[in-house]
Amino acid sequence: MYRRSFKDTKSSLGSPNPNFSKPMVALRFLRALSLVRCSGPGARSPSYRARGIRRAAYACMAASAGPRRAWSRALLRKIRRRPGRGLRRPRAVIRRRRPVGGGDPLEVALRRLVPGGGCMEYCRLLEEAADYVKCLAMQVRLMQTIVDSASHVNSID
Amino acid sequence: MGGKHRRIGGEVGWRVGSSSFATAFRPFPSRSRFKMSSRRNRVSEEEINELISKLQSLLPETRRRGAGRASAAKLLKETCSYIRSLNREVDDLSDRLSGLMATLDSNSAEAEIIRSLLPS
Repeated sequence: MYRRSFKDTKSSLGSPNPNFSKPMVALRFLRALSLVRCSGPGARSPSYRARGIRRAAYACMAASAGPRRAWSRALLRKIRRRPGRGLRRPRAVIRRRRPVGGGDPLEVALRRLVPGGGCMEYCRLLEEAADYVKCLAMQVRLMQTIVDSASHVNSID
Repeated sequence: MGGKHRRIGGEVGWRVGSSSFATAFRPFPSRSRFKMSSRRNRVSEEEINELISKLQSLLPETRRRGAGRASAAKLLKETCSYIRSLNREVDDLSDRLSGLMATLDSNSAEAEIIRSLLPS
């Protein structure tokens, strides 16, 4: 449903963070939300719709961050993998899978939280974690704004 | 060996780096990522401290500012808990949004029904 909104933004992902500004992220997220709503307004359970909105939120965040970030690539990979299970064509991509000797439990926990953090060096992990936190905080603020304005509209009616 | 030097296509239209190929066949990797991997043991403490201070600046300023950098371990712990709380907030907000969208849709649907039931 919301995959369509990424396909037309994929072509614009040439330079690092081309659309990483709050209005652009908001626009992308609202477009994805409208696609979610169009797919099944009354037929689905609310939890299904909530999960769809959550996935749309993460996908919008990752698409806005750009392909230069490892976490955005890993996040989009994870999101797109679920619907297409079983029909995956063999991809000629070799991802580095060097098992990192995790001695520090905090570092291991951070690797698990940041998408794509399993096979990264330590300083790269810190960089990606900082960027991920920044984008996630912005996405949360955006969603809070949308929820506030929508509930305000509801209360007026 | 020339045949094996093909470019590895990436998914999603992006070019994913072919790291194992690069380290096997290219003596001088062109990406800085590989340079970092070969110099892993020589990454200075300064760089790590700089990254940690940058991370600290992003966290919510609940602690006093004059403390400086407490410790790397504490900062990592705070980062983990902050990421977890942000994920929980996203879940919560998406639940609320789905509820709001349902009421919005039902309002419009009811409006349509009512409009269709009214004479002319």
